[in-house]
Amino acid sequence: MRDHPSRSSEAPTPDADLRLVGLRKVFESPDDPSASVVAVDDIDLSLEKGQLVTLLGPSGCGKTTLLRMIAGFEEPTAGEVWFGEQNVNEVPPNARDAAMVFQSYAIFPHLSVFDNVAFGLRLKRLSRSAIRERVDDVLGLVGLAGLQDRPPSQLSGGQQQRVALARCIVMEPRLLLFDEPLSNLDAKLREQMRLEIRDLQQRLGITSVYVTHDQIEAMALSDLIVIMHDGRVEQIGTPTEVYARPDNRFVADFIGKANFVEAVATGPETLEVEGRRIEVPNGVPHPEGTHVTALVRPEALSLAPFDPERAFRGTVRRATFLGTIGEVEVDVEGQGRWLVDVPNAAEVGLPDVDDDVGVEPSPRSVHVLPR
Amino acid sequence: MRAARRQIRILARDPVLLGLVVVIMASVAIFVLWPLLEVLFASLRIGGEWSTANYELIATRRLYRNALVNSLQVAATVGVVGTLLGYVMAFVLTRTNVPFKRPLHLAMMLPIISPPFVGAVSILFLFGFNGLVTRQLLDLQDFNIYGRGGVIFSQIFTFAPLAYLSLRGVLQSISPTLEDAAFNIGASKWQAFWRVTVPLSLPGVFSAFLVVFIESISDFGNPLVLAGATFPMLAPQAYLEITGSFNLGRGAMLATILLLPSMTAFAIQRYWVSRRQYVTVTGKPTSSTTKLVSPAAKWSLYGVVVAFAALVTAFYAVIVMGAFTRVWGFDYTPSLQHMRYVFSVGLNAVQDTVVIALLSTPISGVLGMLIAFLIVRRTFPGKAALEFTSILNYAVPGTVVGIGYILAFNSRPLLLTGTLAIIVLAFVFRYVPVGIQNGIAVLRQIDPSIEEAAQNLGADGVTTFRKVTLPLIAPAFFSGLVYAFVRAMTAISAAIFLVSADWNLMTVQILNQVGSGRLGVAAAFSVLTITIVIVAIGVISALISRWTRTTTATVRF
Repeated sequence: MRDHPSRSSEAPTPDADLRLVGLRKVFESPDDPSASVVAVDDIDLSLEKGQLVTLLGPSGCGKTTLLRMIAGFEEPTAGEVWFGEQNVNEVPPNARDAAMVFQSYAIFPHLSVFDNVAFGLRLKRLSRSAIRERVDDVLGLVGLAGLQDRPPSQLSGGQQQRVALARCIVMEPRLLLFDEPLSNLDAKLREQMRLEIRDLQQRLGITSVYVTHDQIEAMALSDLIVIMHDGRVEQIGTPTEVYARPDNRFVADFIGKANFVEAVATGPETLEVEGRRIEVPNGVPHPEGTHVTALVRPEALSLAPFDPERAFRGTVRRATFLGTIGEVEVDVEGQGRWLVDVPNAAEVGLPDVDDDVGVEPSPRSVHVLPR
Repeated sequence: MRAARRQIRILARDPVLLGLVVVIMASVAIFVLWPLLEVLFASLRIGGEWSTANYELIATRRLYRNALVNSLQVAATVGVVGTLLGYVMAFVLTRTNVPFKRPLHLAMMLPIISPPFVGAVSILFLFGFNGLVTRQLLDLQDFNIYGRGGVIFSQIFTFAPLAYLSLRGVLQSISPTLEDAAFNIGASKWQAFWRVTVPLSLPGVFSAFLVVFIESISDFGNPLVLAGATFPMLAPQAYLEITGSFNLGRGAMLATILLLPSMTAFAIQRYWVSRRQYVTVTGKPTSSTTKLVSPAAKWSLYGVVVAFAALVTAFYAVIVMGAFTRVWGFDYTPSLQHMRYVFSVGLNAVQDTVVIALLSTPISGVLGMLIAFLIVRRTFPGKAALEFTSILNYAVPGTVVGIGYILAFNSRPLLLTGTLAIIVLAFVFRYVPVGIQNGIAVLRQIDPSIEEAAQNLGADGVTTFRKVTLPLIAPAFFSGLVYAFVRAMTAISAAIFLVSADWNLMTVQILNQVGSGRLGVAAAFSVLTITIVIVAIGVISALISRWTRTTTATVRF
């Protein structure tokens, strides 16, 4: 990531709320040094005040390890973690001003809702009345007013989630850390909590780092998405950037669904595919004559009767009705299998398997991968 | 080395915790490891010179060789029979629908919570020279209960309940739905039993055998009461060498030899068997009645259980009767004289015992949870060594610990002989392993992020332990307390070396009274001991139920 443009490779902003410099974590096997695993590989990142950044990637990509290094639960093998102007490498987790929402919520099962939320304030030796006031405020904020005396065993998953959140924001921390907080909730509740977390974070303006493997969650929540793979950063960008202009195949494939087009660059805004010229208004960042890979999202393709001027020829291999759309897999001549979305499929109907069809990309949708 | 230095650096950010680790490691080294090494050294020294002469005596002196062979034979026999009985009792009481499970279970608990040689005293009442059965009922003139038979009988009675308790847990952790699944795919009852239930419980059975083996070979009270002069055994022989012949070297040699089989059994249990244990119960408990046995088999197995429970009840009834009978064997009129003796002449021993138990129990309980917490949740150099050493005493026979303590702590700067401290320390470090193991087992099931959350909210290591870990492992803590208290009240094998004129114990009194033929007083002491233990268990259980009512330790995560 050091050789492509992204925010983190710029000089670190002096007012960055969180700054990671060359952060690296190697898990060493005590018996066999050759079996050590590089979980996080030399990561730089800089977050401005109030931003919510998502660490997104498949399981095992190092995103949780990175988060735990920020919280202080893992010791970096190399590199530095800065909270504002303070290097916190030697600060133990209990002295770091970063509150974390755990994947399992980690509610204290022996304490009531109130005592859970008051836990950190009591350690700060605040007065009884101040604790009561702040806890009640925050419980109201997360929609748990009136449940102060409930034991955690009598809370639903969503309520436990809210307790975990309340326990963090009551501390008014510099940083909020989220470790896949919604992964244990059902789909409906997940969507609702996602919106609530985003609203709350923006209202309080707390800089946040959010770990997830769910790309939709990442897009819905984030100011910035950091896409990780094998301990490295693949791309950093806004949700629109990483979706519409992915840096490489991995990002294109991981975010949303992707069709790849093998082509040859023929000019600053043109490609040649299967002997056909395609206009690429977004630009082709490669010299003429290079073999390139371009991305076309399924929703930018449409099915039409075959017309050699405008469309590619293909054969339908599978058509699946998904409600809002129909998903059609087409073997495109010379290109392999493409996925085509058919909007409003209930009305227009889906083609049959083995039908010959034309596949037509919408002109502004083709994105040539820079690498 | 680099990793070790890094671990210390991280730990040093929490100075209180680092201090605790250092203190605990030092005290485990001093109070567990050092006494053992002293025993080993003493066995290898004669008149200030290094020598293996003590060990050569095993080859040349028949007495010692017999002691070794006898101890091994008895331990193997008691191990096999006790485990078999324990399995039957556990199977019937956990897997079948039979009446009176609760009272039967409680009867099995009696030998576990009483001094480990009460059975032996009861056997003397019933089958001794003036025994109720042998003399009064059968009028046998030359019946001799002393020797191999008596010891084995008494030990099976004492230790089969231990096997029962451990196998009960094993059988409860095997889901009966597995047997149902076997039936479902066409297995017969025998096939289901031999191919599903037995293989799944085999590691547990082996583990129970090793536990009983260790207990039997370390046992001191039963052999001392029942072995007699012609049937030498290792533990009492080591005691006699030291207190009778004042030969520390030979006593230490016998103790070291005693250590070998128990350490071997411990190593097998810990590093081989425990890795092969299965837990198949997940999620909600299912109804656990088995269809494995036919009614006829079920009721005959039930007969065995009832017979054993009846035997236990009878033995304890005899002890109570003996405590309130004027002169057993001659004059059966009821009398309070033995009790009066206990509460006058014996009162000091009663008070000492209670004071020592009340002191050592909480220390042992908290220490156990603390060590479990450090082992499961922290990394520091020497952690594996700490875990091994702190649990080691579980398998070290009390005789060895006792000899080690008198060898290690009879000179400055740690001159403890004859003090309260030496007994309390011996008990704390001797009975802490069970607490540690329970604590480890419970902690491993608690999501570590709960404790991380506490840290994340600003709690340091000790605060996290006090406010989060300890409440969460309360069940293990309390069961560790119960164990430590029961053991402190009923300990004999190590304690007998450590008592003094100032600090005496009821168990030692019981053995002394048996030795001087005053069985009635011995019985009275036993009854009082058991009463105190039952009351204490009641109090702790009440505490537990109050605790679990105000909190909710049953949250699923």
